[in-house]
Amino acid sequence: MGRLLIVLVLLMAWPVRAEQIVSGLSQSQVAINASFDGTAILIYGAAMRDAPPPSWPLLQVIITVEGPVVPIVVRQKARVAGIWINQGAMAIEGAPSFYAVMSTGALGDILSPEEDRLHRVSIPMEVGTVRMKAGAGTASDYLAAFERIKQASGSYHLAPDSVLLLQQSLFRTEVTLPSNLIEGEYRVRIFLTRGGKVVDLQESRIEVSKTGVERFLFRLAHDQPLVYGLIALLIAGIAGWGASELFRRMRW
Amino acid sequence: MQLYLPIAEVSVNIFVLLALGGMVGFLSGMFGVGGGFLITPLLFFIGVPPVVAVATGANQVVASSISGVLAQFRRRAVDLPMGAVLTVGGFAGSGIGGVVFDWMTRAGQIDLFVQLSYVLFLGLVGGMMLTESVRSMLRANRPGVAQVRRSHVHSWVHRMPLKMKFRTSGLYISVIPPVMVGSVVGFLSAIMGVGGGFIMVPAMIYLLGMPTRVVVGTSLFQIIFVTAFTTLMHALNHHSVDMLLALVLIIGGVVGAQFGARVGVRLKAEQLRILLALLVLAVAGKIALDLLIRPGELYSITAAV
Repeated sequence: MGRLLIVLVLLMAWPVRAEQIVSGLSQSQVAINASFDGTAILIYGAAMRDAPPPSWPLLQVIITVEGPVVPIVVRQKARVAGIWINQGAMAIEGAPSFYAVMSTGALGDILSPEEDRLHRVSIPMEVGTVRMKAGAGTASDYLAAFERIKQASGSYHLAPDSVLLLQQSLFRTEVTLPSNLIEGEYRVRIFLTRGGKVVDLQESRIEVSKTGVERFLFRLAHDQPLVYGLIALLIAGIAGWGASELFRRMRW
Repeated sequence: MQLYLPIAEVSVNIFVLLALGGMVGFLSGMFGVGGGFLITPLLFFIGVPPVVAVATGANQVVASSISGVLAQFRRRAVDLPMGAVLTVGGFAGSGIGGVVFDWMTRAGQIDLFVQLSYVLFLGLVGGMMLTESVRSMLRANRPGVAQVRRSHVHSWVHRMPLKMKFRTSGLYISVIPPVMVGSVVGFLSAIMGVGGGFIMVPAMIYLLGMPTRVVVGTSLFQIIFVTAFTTLMHALNHHSVDMLLALVLIIGGVVGAQFGARVGVRLKAEQLRILLALLVLAVAGKIALDLLIRPGELYSITAAV
């Protein structure tokens, strides 16, 4: 009896999701082969409703794609004795190797700061725990520099107005994964918001892995480093000897 | 056409790599050097991570040195005992270099250390070569002043213990100086991803007093073993040798080297030396400028070690 009551209370407290995401990806697996040069993935979907949607505030869509989290170090150069050398350093324990945010509008307009903090949507929120090591400058200088460098190299990508939303229901966008991808699981999140509040959230994954020669060489280099090193030397030996013989035979 | 490099984890244009290998091979064939001091900085430049560039550069030098040494063997211009003694020193130096490399990487100063080594050694060797060859060119243009050259100069090198006979070089000297020369070059090979021929060759002539005829062959012979050792060490400790990258560079390099060697024989030795000196100085100057000019971006990101 008591248990039933709890279930009832829970059911009533559970927010009724008026709008639900149905979505798909053009590919959920990315294979890195020798000719890999980046790839574009289409993310599409719709907001499903039981009842007609409220006319105001308007529905907005935010889509994020996040690469595997890796520890990194940000270093700052300073002039010492006339030359520029690394002085300060800040360790960031976990920062996504790739991060893209696509949305139907500027993040500040369609997502409240509280929701942004909760779901860690905009880039600064994703950087995570930081540890200052030495040198001048504040943590925020380093974080700003980190973001600037990642954005310049295309690893971090903020694209407002890049999600196409039709009839307040159908949406689609395209994310370009660059050629310098690392292997791992890439997390895709789709947020529906109204008036800055998240009304629904859906997660899916894209698996990025090396295949063929790329996979074989990478695995061999890590699992059998001695064998790998010897093969590398053997190839060098054969190539060196072969070239010498070939050109000697040609006699010119 | 793009090629994704499995260890460097970057995608580069295969024709750029072939051209790079071919160009460096051409120069190395022309001047009789391994070309590591050119290939490694060029790899940095096209976006290959420094750790991978140094390790793969060493692997590429193995191939170009083997290609070169075979021709020298046919000419009987390799002093095998001397090569063996230099190699022993080279292994020791390369081992120490590997430890220093790890230590500097953790301290975040490896880029600076590599750059400073390049500026210092390339600047020194390039400067020495340039002044020496300009001077001898001027001498050659002034007939009448005969230069007396003694073939056998006794110096401090001859007073050390552990003497050994090196027949091909016609030397009877202590093994200590060659071991020392070998270890310095081995150390630089591990740090800079180079064969070290540009230091080995002058050291053999001026410090050890070896005849010029056997210098290039013997230098190439010992560079094979030291760079092979360096390659293995980087493969074992850092998994940073990129076989695919090395293969493309080697293909470009060996072809380029054969063309370079043919152009090289048509040029006069003095002109060749001046050109090589200018090239070495240009690389040193470029790296020095990078250290001296305020960089556009003061911050950099590296993977945590």
